[in-house]
Amino acid sequence: MSAALRSRVAVLTFPGSNCDADLRHAVALFGMEPVAVWHKESTLPNVDAVLLPGGFSYGDYLRCGAIARFSPIMAEVVRFAGRGAPVLGICNGFQILTECGLVPGVLLRNKALRFTCRDVNLRVQGQTTPFTRGLGGAALRLPVAHAEGNWFADAESLARIEGEGQVIFRYEGENPNGAIHDIAGVSNAAGNVVGLMPHPERYVEAALGGTDGCGVFRSLAAAIGGSAHTAATLEAGA
Amino acid sequence: MRARVFVTLKQGVHDPAGKAVQGGLVSMGYEEVQAVRIGKVFDIELADGGPEAVVRSRLDEMCKKLLANMVIESFRVELL
Repeated sequence: MSAALRSRVAVLTFPGSNCDADLRHAVALFGMEPVAVWHKESTLPNVDAVLLPGGFSYGDYLRCGAIARFSPIMAEVVRFAGRGAPVLGICNGFQILTECGLVPGVLLRNKALRFTCRDVNLRVQGQTTPFTRGLGGAALRLPVAHAEGNWFADAESLARIEGEGQVIFRYEGENPNGAIHDIAGVSNAAGNVVGLMPHPERYVEAALGGTDGCGVFRSLAAAIGGSAHTAATLEAGA
Repeated sequence: MRARVFVTLKQGVHDPAGKAVQGGLVSMGYEEVQAVRIGKVFDIELADGGPEAVVRSRLDEMCKKLLANMVIESFRVELL
């Protein structure tokens, strides 16, 4: 593999996204090439992973993520995820992923009815995902900033999700929003699509207040190091 | 033609905002209020046309695709 071939990671921007620049910065810090993609695009560029940032897409009208889910790019993201490629949604990105059914459950209003912005303790667990390689069992401290992070699913789905190892991040100690079973992040059954409420991209440098988010991006870099786009480019060139 | 769609939380889904309203009403002296659940109402103007069954089935689709999140909400449609 040529050293010049960097893994490429799409970072989507919806009207109201406000963590997209931070996310592109984090991606670049770990040696990957961030590719900004506007939600009106109907095709994805040649990328190895897709990230959905936090923010307030469409002003959170109707339900968080409900309208963004119908942005033209999302049909393409659903196809991309269906091929087993890595997709991560953070905060509002997580809400969008639940609205499209790419990850299970739904995010309700915080139990205390307040926007909450603080650091929380998490435990990484469940099946291995492209975003949590080498992080199994790790304790992380990451910031949350949301009013609708109260993850919920009915008892039957909850039992299945727990049983299949699809709970990937769990609050430890304080639960900031009342999420059932202290769930902070989940994956789809296959494990390639992950959503979480806390913001790993905000803690990737000591100057930002913490570095516990680094593992997520390091994991992604390792997971896509020799995959999809890189392989396709090599084949095309061969 | 007009339609009115009611979207409400399914049983068993917590409604913290509804609980806060209930607490507010009780503290105002309406002690008989035992529970409040908040839902949404959509008044929809439709171009006339098509048999009622078609209108209803298209409204049903709108609810399932966008107006309600079927994981936590159910809906009811009235033609006005």
